[in-house]
Amino acid sequence: MSEAGQCWEPGSPERLFALSEDGGPARYKGPLDLVTLIVTRSVPDSGLQPEQAAVLRMCDYPLSVAEISAYLSLPVSALLVLLNDLVAQEHVEARPPVPAAALPDIQLLEAVMHGLQNL
Amino acid sequence: MDYRISDAYAGPRSEDYLPASAATAVKVVIVGGFGVGKTTLVGSVSEIRPLTTEETMTQAGVGVDDLAGVEEKTETTVAMDFGRISINERLVLYLFGTPGQQRFWFLWNGLFEGALGAVVLVDTRRLEVSYEVVGHLEERSVPFVVAINTFPGAPSYPMRDLRSAMDLPDEVPMVECDARDRGSCRDTLMALMRYLHSLTTAPPERQ
Ligand SMILES: Nc1nc2c(ncn2[C@@H]2O[C@H](COP(=O)(O)OP(=O)(O)O)[C@@H](O)[C@H]2O)c(=O)[nH]1
Ligand SMILES: [Mg+2]
Repeated sequence: MSEAGQCWEPGSPERLFALSEDGGPARYKGPLDLVTLIVTRSVPDSGLQPEQAAVLRMCDYPLSVAEISAYLSLPVSALLVLLNDLVAQEHVEARPPVPAAALPDIQLLEAVMHGLQNL
Repeated sequence: MDYRISDAYAGPRSEDYLPASAATAVKVVIVGGFGVGKTTLVGSVSEIRPLTTEETMTQAGVGVDDLAGVEEKTETTVAMDFGRISINERLVLYLFGTPGQQRFWFLWNGLFEGALGAVVLVDTRRLEVSYEVVGHLEERSVPFVVAINTFPGAPSYPMRDLRSAMDLPDEVPMVECDARDRGSCRDTLMALMRYLHSLTTAPPERQ
């Protein structure tokens, strides 16, 4: 899809995840955005609500909060309640968007421009 | 709240999934009045068919119900179309199309927060809609470009006149855009990225 060497590497893992006390990566548990990517990390168990089990089945591969909301026809705020539980219990991994900054990173913009040129 | 959930959830088609390597996302917001071509633009460049997400907005009412002692609240459901472009194996761009003439779009928590920027889509037959949009974006310091979507029969004004009618600063790029044309939409997004790039490399002088 995109050429090697032109890929923007969105930070080393420690830029995305704080390190936990034992030095392993701590899962991101901050606030979820419309474009936070959700990835399943466990199999659905019987203790989950049907919508939460549906999220786990749907997110074998990453999907944004917005996409999950569209596929489940759930308003975003209702979905966020379900997702916050799933994140807290580490049933899913949340991959946060590029952090908000006053001005975006040059390399990020160049990666986006390169990607758009391939459209 | 009672949301009907069926047993069979219609998840994405297999070709609509991102690769497992997708690590992070960025977003761009397309703003403009009803019928200006936002959904068309999103559909022209999106790798998935545009999807719809919705949110329930609660706004405190004007009056206070003295008998019950509770404030009146009005609930409005607002829907927003969006699409997706995979930039590379790790980075994904989402495009959200939001009708800008309604104030509560700007109350949608986090929609503009963290957005790279916005495209203001303008129909020259209804220029007044864009005044408010531009004002909101400036208030929130969201960088934007203006894209003129030329409909058949729409009056054609010189860009210079549109710029002064919309009271746009000189540095804000203005482009023409046919929302039905993929290349034209891509060029509009490129104009936004180049503008953001110029802001990053040479921040404008403050007087
Ligand atoms: N001629 C022309 N028609 C357009 C263009 N963009 C959108 N339309 C048409 O205008 C109508 C409204 O577009 P839509 O994308 O639904 O507008 P939205 O309300 O902003 O999402 C549709 O029938 C489109 O086919 C354009 O660039 N040129
Ligand atoms: Mg629309």
